[in-house]
Formats: sequence, C-alpha cells, structure tokens
Amino acid sequence: MSAVEVGSGTAVDAGVGAGSAIRPRRRWSTRFLRSELRLIAGRRRNQMGLLVLAAVPIIMAIAVKVSTPGPGEGPNFLSSITSNGLFVPLAALGVEIAMFLPLAMSMLSGDAVAGEANLGTLRYLLTVPVSRTRLLAVKYVSLCIGALWGVTAVALPGAVIGIALFGTGDLTTLSGSQISFGVAVWRVVLVMLYLAAGLAGLAAVGLFISTLTEQPIAASIALLIFTILSWILDSVPQLSWLHPWLIVHEWMSFGDLLRDPIAWANVLRGLFVDGVYALVFWLAAWARFSSKDITS
Amino acid sequence: MSSTGDASGLAVHTEGLTKRFGQQVAVDAIGMAVPRGAVYGFLGPNGSGKTTTIRMLLGLVEPSSGSRSLLGLPLPSGAGQALPRVGSLVEGPAFHPYLSGRSNLARLDAADPLADPRTAAGRIDAALDRVGLRAAAKKRYRAYSLGMRQRLAIAAALLAPRDLLVLDEPTNGLDPQGTREVRSLIGSLAAEGITVLVSSHLLAEVEQICSHLGVMREGRLVAQGTVAEVRGAGPMLVRVQTRQPEAAAAVLRELGVTQVVTTVGEVHGTPGDLEPEKIVSALVYAGVGVQGFTVAVTSLEDLFVSLTGEGFDVSG
Repeated sequence: MSAVEVGSGTAVDAGVGAGSAIRPRRRWSTRFLRSELRLIAGRRRNQMGLLVLAAVPIIMAIAVKVSTPGPGEGPNFLSSITSNGLFVPLAALGVEIAMFLPLAMSMLSGDAVAGEANLGTLRYLLTVPVSRTRLLAVKYVSLCIGALWGVTAVALPGAVIGIALFGTGDLTTLSGSQISFGVAVWRVVLVMLYLAAGLAGLAAVGLFISTLTEQPIAASIALLIFTILSWILDSVPQLSWLHPWLIVHEWMSFGDLLRDPIAWANVLRGLFVDGVYALVFWLAAWARFSSKDITS
Repeated sequence: MSSTGDASGLAVHTEGLTKRFGQQVAVDAIGMAVPRGAVYGFLGPNGSGKTTTIRMLLGLVEPSSGSRSLLGLPLPSGAGQALPRVGSLVEGPAFHPYLSGRSNLARLDAADPLADPRTAAGRIDAALDRVGLRAAAKKRYRAYSLGMRQRLAIAAALLAPRDLLVLDEPTNGLDPQGTREVRSLIGSLAAEGITVLVSSHLLAEVEQICSHLGVMREGRLVAQGTVAEVRGAGPMLVRVQTRQPEAAAAVLRELGVTQVVTTVGEVHGTPGDLEPEKIVSALVYAGVGVQGFTVAVTSLEDLFVSLTGEGFDVSG
C-alpha cells in the first residue's frame, strides 16, 4: 500500500495547451494521506471513540486487581496469569475485537466516502482533481492506519495499567510454558498487527458500502450488521462449510500467537482471508466508484 | 451562430452533449462553445439542466452521449491535465463543518497533486484575501454565514492559478453588496485573462459582466453567442408617433415592416433587416408628420423570458 500516492504521469506534455496555469507535476507526496489522517484524528467523535476503546482495558485491569486473591490463596492458574501485566491488553483486545473495534471501523468507513458525499465535499475533491482511484487508495490506507490506531488505543493503555498493577513477570503462554517479558511484548505486538489486519479486511467491506450511499450512518450500520451477521453465521455449526470464508472466523485465533512455539496455521489462514476480503472489496469499491455519477 | 473559430480557441466545447437519468432527459444534445477569454453567462431557470451540464464538464457525471472538451483537452481522457487549470464552484459551497475556513482550504490544497506545499500558506492567504475572508479564516466553517460560505467556495476555486473558472450560481445567498463584490471579482479575473463560465437563473446578476451568453431551457441550449448576437436574435421594434397613424402604417407596410400595429397617435412594427434611417426618410417623403421615432432593442430581460418561458415554474 505504499505506492498509492505516486503521481500518475511524468512531465506535462508540452504540446497540450499553452495556458498560464500549467503547473509541473509533482511526483511523490503523502500530503493528501496526512491531511486525511488529520481529518480523522481531529474529529471529536473519533477522539471520544478512542477514549471508549481505551476505557475497557482500564476497567478490566481494575476489576481483576480488586477481585484477585492474595498470593497463595487463590487458584494457581489465576495467580500465574496475573504475574504479568500484559494479560490486560490481550484480554481487552479479545473482548473488543468482537464488537467495539468493528464498530470503530464502521464509523470511520462510513465517513470515508459516504460522509464526504453527504457533506458535498466529495465533488470538490474530485474536481481538484483527485483521481477516483487515488481517492479510494488514500481513503483505504487511512482506514488501515485507523485500524492500527484502534488496536493501539486498546493495547497501549492496557499494557500501561497492566504493568502498573501487575508488574513485568514472566508471561504464561497458552501452552503452559513461561516466556520472558521482553518476548511477551513482541507477542503482544504480533497480536495487535494480526487484529489490525483483520480490521483492515473489514474496512475494505466498509469502503465498498460507503461508495453505495450518501448517508454515512447508513454505511456504518450496514458494516456493523455485516460484522454481527458474520459472527452469527460463524456460530451456526450447520454452516461449517462457510466458516473458513467468514472474515471473523479466524480473528480469535490470535490466541495461537500466544502459544509456545507460535501455532501459525490458523493465523496464516486468517491473514489470507483478510487479504482476500481487502482485495475483493477494494476492487468492488473501485468498480462501483470509478464509474459513478457524482450528483451529491 | 457565434464567433467560435477553431476548436482549440475554445475553453469549453461540447457537441451533442446529452445526459439521461432513467427516462428523463436532463441535458439534450447541447453544443456549447465558450471562447477563451470570454465571460460566458450560462442562463436558464432552475431545473433547466445547467448544473448537470456543469457536472459533466467537470467530470463528475458521465454523459449518456456526446463529447466535451475543456481547454482543448477532451474528457474524460484529458481530465487529469485540464482540471488542475479549472477552478470550480458547483451547486453551492461544501466544506467540513468542524474545520476552520483555512483548514478546509488547506485540505483541498493537500489533495492537489500539483500543488507545491511550500507555497500553500501564501496561496491560501491570497485566496482568502481575494474574497475578503482573511479575518474569519480561523473560525469554524459551521459558524460561517451563507455569504461567507459562498466566498470560501470561491476562494477554493482560486487556490491555484487557473485558466478557466466554472462558477455555478456564485451569488446565491449573497446580499446585494456581496453580489456586487462577486461581480467585480469576476470582472477582475476576466481582466487577467481567465475565462469565466458563470451560471445563473437571474439574468440581472450577470448581464453587466458577460461577453457571451448561453441560454438553457428544458435541457436544450436555446440561444448562444456574444451578448450582441443573442440580443440580435430577438426582434427589434420601431415606434412612430404621428397624427396620421393610418398613413404611417401604410408606409411601413410598403417598406416590408411586419407586425404593424396602429394605436392612437402611434404605430409600431418589426422592421427586420430594414435600416431605421430608411423608414424615417420614407415617412418624410410620403408626407407623414413624424412627432417621434424610436428604435427599441428588445431588452435582455424580455429576451430571456421569451427564450425560457415565463414565471417561476421549474421546468423539466
């Protein structure tokens, strides 16, 4: 996704037009992407959303701390888990990936195209001109970065309060073995990237929906319904043939990254499905948007 | 019909440009010709297809058939080269409400792949100055009055050097003072050599500043050309004040004046190609006492109404 803002041509053809306003084409710029990220980050509603995402691990950490029995009193497995604060971001990510993080992506992707169409700013972007392909590419990259912000908003405060309350002891893996704090940090980063990739796949669906309507709320709700429906279908055993192709199916496999050694099979399968969703729905968005009459 | 010259001398050129939305024909095979350097008044009642035409010119809407070119470059293939030289205001201002006026312009500038970031601040200030919005630049857009919003949209159209400005109803929502300012702004831009296409449903707003006119009615371009040419398309009227109206009417009819109407003390008719001087001398030669003689060019207002129909009804 790094090549999205390459200018589409080289020098302006000297033979065409002799007007005073011909400007040299600039080759490389991330200005539009940075402007897009500032727009997302500067919006009050999005800032509130990040606060909500960050509140969950804090609440969880405090609740566990308050209810944890003292050393030697409680069951052994609980005290072994709580010897390392990093369980807090991991548990919070596990809780929020189901609904809160997809909700955040719904809000952002609703704004992406439908929001601009609703405000009328879409027509002014397109007449700047921003090519429609470039617009979709920049919008999608900004959604992917938004996904990273989302998981970071959960994991970073979670890690900080977890470490503050529970310390930096060894982390007990799901395989039962212990890994050092330094290794555990990298595992948490892997989990964050894996979940962000899943959200990025979902964002492509959201971007596609966003090109279908001029109502950002409608686009947001549609993506939320898509997510909920995916979870429901994933829980119906009779539809097991469909499960491998549901984007949410392997999301919970992030736990495999906490095994010793890491069990890659399901994680790679999950990344593959995320990639398929990203590609298919981005192309669908492009096919829809590149030929659309902009009457908003 | 107009002094078009060859196609490369046209800032805007369309042939058979048509747009259908389902069954409805919004724009019906129009052939627009806007010469470079012109101030082209694009007139027509609400709903006559002006905005759809402008959207097609800017590449927002794909025509059902026909061709269009901007600054000599055919669309859609030449859009990437033509559009950076075109500033536009389409169907009212539209900005992010929670950003300031300045930040909104900065965002549009950032989106422009040809804009130089090093000169962005200066260009934004200059554009804001030009529309008199510098003092309110840091206010949030949502706090702007309708007139300020309209000015900001014009500032956005002036962010980069342009060869063509397409302004759709630029004086909508402005008070008389603001309308006058926009008019003088358009005049000064035209003086710099920028071609301006300005649409309006109010003739009075544009008639003083336009060199060319195009009149839309129900999706068709019913008249186009220089102001004089379009005026010329309307009928001329001669009035003769006399004590002998019957005799005067006979002379006029003999000369080939049509639609001769006699009233008390006056005769009027449509002279066609006949020179007014010949009518006067013929009247005098025939011994008709002439008390007064006037040649009235049909007012643009009358012409506009005759071309587009009466009243407030939205056509189409």
